[in-house]
Amino acid sequence: MMFPTSAAPHVVGPNRVARVMRLVIYALAPTVLAHIAFFGPGLLVQIALAVATALLAEAAALKARGKPLEPFLKDGSAVVTALLLALCLPPLAPWWLIVSGVAFAILLAKHAYGGLGANPFNPAMAGYAVLLVSFPAQLLQWLPPNAAGLERIELTLPQTLSTIFTGALPAHLTWDAITSPTPLEALRTNLTMGMTMSEAQSSPVFAALGGKGWQWINLAALAGGVWLLRMRIIGWRIPVAMLGTLAACASIMHLLDPGAYVGPLFHLTCGASMLGAFFIATDPVSAATGNQGKLVYAAGIGLLTYVIRTWGGYADGVAFAVLLMNMLAPLIDRYTIPRIYGHAD
Amino acid sequence: MIRRSGVHGGLQLEAHNERSTARPLRRANPPAQLVLPVDQHAGAPARPIVREGERVLHGQPIAEPTGQVSAWLHAPASGRIIAIEPRPAPHRLGAPTLSIVIENDQRDDRAEPSPSIAFEQRSPAELLEQIARGGVVGLGGAAFPLAAKLDSVRAARPLTLLLNGAECEPYITCDEMLMRERAEEIVLGARILLHASAASACAIALEAGSTLADAALRTAIANAHDERLRLVTVPNIYPAGGERQLIAAVFGLEVPYDGLPADIGLLCHNVGTAAAVAQWIRDGQPLTSRIVTVTGDCVREPGNLDVRLGASIRQLIEQCGGYTDRASRLIMGGSLMGLALPDDDLPVIKATNCIIAASHADLQPRDRELPCIRCGACSEACPAMLLPQQLHWFSRLADLQALEAHGLMDCIECGCCDYVCPSQIPLVERFRETKPLLARRRAERADARAARERFEARAARLERIAVEQRAALAHKRRVRRED
Repeated sequence: MMFPTSAAPHVVGPNRVARVMRLVIYALAPTVLAHIAFFGPGLLVQIALAVATALLAEAAALKARGKPLEPFLKDGSAVVTALLLALCLPPLAPWWLIVSGVAFAILLAKHAYGGLGANPFNPAMAGYAVLLVSFPAQLLQWLPPNAAGLERIELTLPQTLSTIFTGALPAHLTWDAITSPTPLEALRTNLTMGMTMSEAQSSPVFAALGGKGWQWINLAALAGGVWLLRMRIIGWRIPVAMLGTLAACASIMHLLDPGAYVGPLFHLTCGASMLGAFFIATDPVSAATGNQGKLVYAAGIGLLTYVIRTWGGYADGVAFAVLLMNMLAPLIDRYTIPRIYGHAD
Repeated sequence: MIRRSGVHGGLQLEAHNERSTARPLRRANPPAQLVLPVDQHAGAPARPIVREGERVLHGQPIAEPTGQVSAWLHAPASGRIIAIEPRPAPHRLGAPTLSIVIENDQRDDRAEPSPSIAFEQRSPAELLEQIARGGVVGLGGAAFPLAAKLDSVRAARPLTLLLNGAECEPYITCDEMLMRERAEEIVLGARILLHASAASACAIALEAGSTLADAALRTAIANAHDERLRLVTVPNIYPAGGERQLIAAVFGLEVPYDGLPADIGLLCHNVGTAAAVAQWIRDGQPLTSRIVTVTGDCVREPGNLDVRLGASIRQLIEQCGGYTDRASRLIMGGSLMGLALPDDDLPVIKATNCIIAASHADLQPRDRELPCIRCGACSEACPAMLLPQQLHWFSRLADLQALEAHGLMDCIECGCCDYVCPSQIPLVERFRETKPLLARRRAERADARAARERFEARAARLERIAVEQRAALAHKRRVRRED
C-alpha cells in the first residue's frame, strides 16, 4: 500500500500568528476601557477609523504586492497596529489624523519593507512619529480626564463624531478652553517655567502615582500585559528591562536632585510607559530576538524614554525610544548571539 | 567542561504510549522472505560474503564490515539466498539499496554457537573483539555500530556508562516494553559493556512515570548484586531521550560541540543495545531481531513485537490486526523525527524502533505557512540553545557566514521549533536543506587552509635551505680566509 510522505516533524503545536494577535487584542481591552472611562467615547471612533483604514491599506498593499489577501487579513497584525496607534492619539483628533497615521504605518512602515515579519520599525510607532513631527498641535489636544478636581467636559457620541469629522467643537466650547495638558506635558512646561518640583506638581492634573486618569490607564495596560505574560505570548525580559531601566534612571536622578527630577512612580504610570513596555517594545518583529539582546534592547528603550522625557524636545519619549532601538536591534542581535549547547562561553 | 542543569527548552508532549503498552510483548511470525539492506547501520555499508543460491543458517554472518565504522550482518532465519540486488529500503525512503534477500525455509536451523565463556574471564580487548562480531548497532534509532563506539572510548578515563531508557519521542514504547519484560538482559548487557569499556559505573536513565519499567529494573539490579549500577529518572520532556540532552539531564554536563560523550568521560547506549549485547555474549545470538512498536489510530491492535530483521512492515501491520482505515501517513520512528514511508512493502531494519499508521488525529497537517514574526517561541524550545528564527532568516538570505556563527550545524533536527512555530514554518526541513551548503563551505575552507599550510611549509623549507646554504658558503669563505 502506498502512503503520502512529508518531512518531519509530523505534528504541529496549537499556536498560530492569528491567536497571538487575538490575545494581544484581548489584552488591550482594559486599557481601552480605562481610556474611554476617562476620556469619553472618542477612542471608539478612533479605533473604528483606525481598524477600517488598516484593513483597507493592508488589502491594497497585499494586492499590489501580489500576495493572497485572506491569510494576511486574518492574521490580526494590522488590527493590533491600528489599536496601538488609536490609543496614542487624543480621542477628539480629526479623522484624517488617524487615517493618515495608520495608512503610513501599514503602507510604508510595514509593506514597503516586505509586510508581516519584515518591518524593521514598529509600524504603530512609525505612524505616531510621523504624526508627531507633522501635526504636533493636533496631538496636544487632550481633554482633561473625567476625574475629581478637574473640569468635566462630557461630549455625547454625536458631538464626538461631529468634532472628529468636522474638526469643529460644539458651539459652547473652544479648543483653547478645553484642552488640558497631559501630566507629562504639564510637568515639562511647569519645570521649564522655573517652578520647583512641588510647585510644578501642584497642578490638578497630578495624582498619587502619576496623573489623574493616566495612572489608571497605565495600570490597566499593566494588567493586560501581565495576562499576556501568563499566557506566554510575551516574555518578561522586555517589559522588566524597559520599566526597570526607566525606574532606575528616574530614581537616581530623583535622589540626586529631588527638586528638579520627578520620581520613578510618576514615570512608570505616565504617558505610554506601560503600553510601551508590554505592547510596543515587545513587538517581536522589530525587537532584538535573543534573551540577552532583549534585555539590552529594552534597557535602551527605558533609558532613551527617560532621556527624551527629561531633557528632550517631547513630553513623552516612548515612541522615539522604540524607533531608535528598532534601528539598533540588528546590531544588538549580532553582538548577543547566545551560547550554543556544547560551545564554551 | 560545561556544567549546567537539565535540558534547555524542549516540549511537553502527550506520550501516546497507552495503546502500544496495553498488550504484552510478543514474537512476530517469521516471514517467508527477508530483505536485508547492507547499509542499514551508520557508516560504511557491509560487504556481502554469501552468494545467490547459497543456503544460510540462522545467525550466520552474511555481510562483513568495511572500514572503521561499519557492522556485521547476520541471517535472521535459515534458508536460501535468492537475491543480492538493490531493493527499496525504508531508511532511503523507498529508494533501492543493495540488499540480501533470504527465502526462509522455516526450519530455523542455527549456526553453531561459539562456546560461551563467562564474559568476566576475558580481557576487555577480547570482549570488544567479540562484541564487534555480533553485528550490534545502536538500537535507539541512529544505528551507530556498537564496536566503533566502544573503540572511541578506549582512552577515555574515568568513564561512566549511561544507558538510555528514556524514550526519545512520543508513540515509541519499544524501550519501555523491553525494560518491563527483559530487565535482566539489560542489566547483564550493562555489566558486559562495563567490562568491555572498563567504565567504573553505569547509570540507567528512564523517564518519570515509567513505573513498571522502574520496578523491573530495580529488581534486576538487586538480583545482579552489582554496586556499579544505578537508576536515574529524567523529566518527561522531549527530547530528553536524545543523547546530548540526556547527558545534560542526568549529569548536568554538555558534550563539546565538536566532540563525543567520551570527551567528558561518558559512554551512552540505548537499553535495547545493551540487551542485544547480552543476547550475543550470553547466548551467541547476534542481532537478527529487534523490538518494534506498531501503533497509531489506523492499526487495529497496537503493540510491541519482537521482529526478525528483514520482515516487511506490511506483514507486521497484518500481525497487529491490519489497518482500520486508510492511514494518512506511515511513519518509521516517532512523530517528531520519524521518516514518512511511501510504501509498507519495506523491510524492518536495525533502526526500526516504531511504525506509526497515523490518522489525521495522530498527525495534524500543517496550516499555511506565514512569514516569521520573530516571536522567539522556537528559541525558547530549542534544546541546542540556538535561535531558529535567526537561522531561518539567514537561510533565506543564504548567508553562510551568519549561519555558521549562529550554529546551524549544531541543530539536532528534533523539530521542537517547528512544533511551536505560530507561522507554521517547516524550519527543520529548511535547515536540513541548508546544512549541506555550510558543510561544503567548511570543507572548502579546510581545503584552502591545507593548501595555505602546504604553501607556507614549502616557503619555510626553501627559506631554511637558502639560509643553510648561505651559512655554509659563509663558513667556507671564512675557513678559506683563515687559511
